[in-house]
Amino acid sequence: MMKSHSLSDKLADGLIALVLGGAALLSLYPIWYTVAVSLSSSAAAAGGLVKLWPVQFTLQAYRTIMDDPAFFRAFGVSLQRVGLGALINFVLTVLMAYPLSKSAAQFSGRNVYMWFVVFTMLFSGGLIPWYLTIKEYELLNTIWALVLPGAVPVFNVILTVNFFRSLPRELEEAGYMDGAGPWYVLWNIFVPLSAPVLATVTLFSIVGHWNSFFDGLILISNPEKYPLQTYVQQMVVRFSTESMTPDQLKNLGELSNRTLNAAKIFVTMLPVLLIYPFLQRFFIHGIMLGSVKE
Amino acid sequence: MGRKKTFALDYHLMLAPGILLLVLFSVVPMFGIVIAFQQYSPGRGIFHSEWTGLDNIRYMFQLRDSGLIFRNTLFIAIMKIVGNLAVPIVFALLLNELRMRLFKRIVQTVVYLPHFLSWVILAGILTDILGYKGLVNQLLSVFDIEPILFFASNKWFPAILIGSEVWKEFGFNTIVFLAALAGISPALYEAAALDGAGRWQRLRHVTLPGMIPVIVLLATLGLGNVLNAGFDQVFNLYNPVVYESGDIIDTYVYRSGLMDAQYGLATAVGLLKSVVSFVLIICSYVLASRFANYRIF
Repeated sequence: MMKSHSLSDKLADGLIALVLGGAALLSLYPIWYTVAVSLSSSAAAAGGLVKLWPVQFTLQAYRTIMDDPAFFRAFGVSLQRVGLGALINFVLTVLMAYPLSKSAAQFSGRNVYMWFVVFTMLFSGGLIPWYLTIKEYELLNTIWALVLPGAVPVFNVILTVNFFRSLPRELEEAGYMDGAGPWYVLWNIFVPLSAPVLATVTLFSIVGHWNSFFDGLILISNPEKYPLQTYVQQMVVRFSTESMTPDQLKNLGELSNRTLNAAKIFVTMLPVLLIYPFLQRFFIHGIMLGSVKE
Repeated sequence: MGRKKTFALDYHLMLAPGILLLVLFSVVPMFGIVIAFQQYSPGRGIFHSEWTGLDNIRYMFQLRDSGLIFRNTLFIAIMKIVGNLAVPIVFALLLNELRMRLFKRIVQTVVYLPHFLSWVILAGILTDILGYKGLVNQLLSVFDIEPILFFASNKWFPAILIGSEVWKEFGFNTIVFLAALAGISPALYEAAALDGAGRWQRLRHVTLPGMIPVIVLLATLGLGNVLNAGFDQVFNLYNPVVYESGDIIDTYVYRSGLMDAQYGLATAVGLLKSVVSFVLIICSYVLASRFANYRIF
């Protein structure tokens, strides 16, 4: 019976730890490597000397970014869209989730609304009509083009609806007994009690807004109004993937400034890395909470 | 009763702003689908452009590229779905076998991270690492292998797309399987151990059967994604040299519609994708609710 702690078992344990540790390193290394390149001298990076640690350590790349007003402007646009966008997402998620969490008996329109909301999530007119519509509203080149089209995060709404439904009915009824209305019950009872789920979906929408580049690319034509990801896409990524001939691709390493690109990439992901510990704490818990079904 | 009525009004008011925005930005564009049946010109707009019936649709099926783009999309998307199931399942099983608590926690924390980084960022990193003079080619040169132009090779490009997608998402996709594993009753393991089942036998006869429902559910829901090959990723990694193996429906719609101003054609291609995806999603939900008792709302 004690065979389960045999030598072969210990060997298996070691092997498993090795594979898992390897996978963790594989997940982290490309990011670490980028940091190392960004802190190396241009010559060392161009010569392919950087492997694990910065070679000829220098902050030159970051100093160059500091002097680049376009980068800062784009960073500012991104902060603005995250602030505005996540706020709108939060308010609409809460406002929509509450009535949708009612049963059809409590709120007769509930099912119609729910089907409508889910339908908008599952079917779309496609890219071209979407673009032309926003153009027609004259939102192009404004911050509103980046926050209004995705103002209702349907998936977040559904997660929150499921969580609201798992809260005890008695809480709400006690509120009504004391003469409170639905608005009061929502903001003062439901919202505080749902903090973990709401924190999760808000962090999701913050990361989503920070990371999106495509809307900035097609809805903003003035580079001075680009959000950061669009700016980086245009300045760093486009030049490395759009080259036409294999020869051009070959020479890319020499043409582009690897350290500067690496520094731009690192600064662009930095905000996500900074909120990651909070994300990590909430999302597993939050996703599970939101998927509680009756 | 009178009280309930007032509440209904409140509920309608709470929903109004969100519904209005959904109408403006989701429903109104749906009417733009008529462009697929027009010779649309921006100057004339949707109401005055010439109607051409099914011309755009017919043209779409005649295009030499359509078959290629459709095949690329299907292949890349299906391989991603398979990889995004297989790797996380194995990873979750391995994590489950691991006894060192702290180490387990560190591994989990690290592997979730790439999920939260954008494809712009990751494409910037990948093009550097897989570049002509990048890390991978340096490594290959140690083994006397000629440098490979990964982003100019139709053989390698789909593999890079699939591999990097799985690399980015496997950690995050593990979460749902770990939850399923946590849901397996410890009593089953104890019973199996009492019957003399070793580690491998417990894995085969307790753990795997316990995971089957989740695996089936996720595979079914994957059906809705067979036309989503991942626009953000492909867009940031591809170039004209690898259109042959990497051009997908979404990138084609972007180029033909917004770059070449073939609005009618691009809308028609997008419409076909929307309709097929919608039907597939409905099918997958019906299947999921019938066989796995799953409901999204």
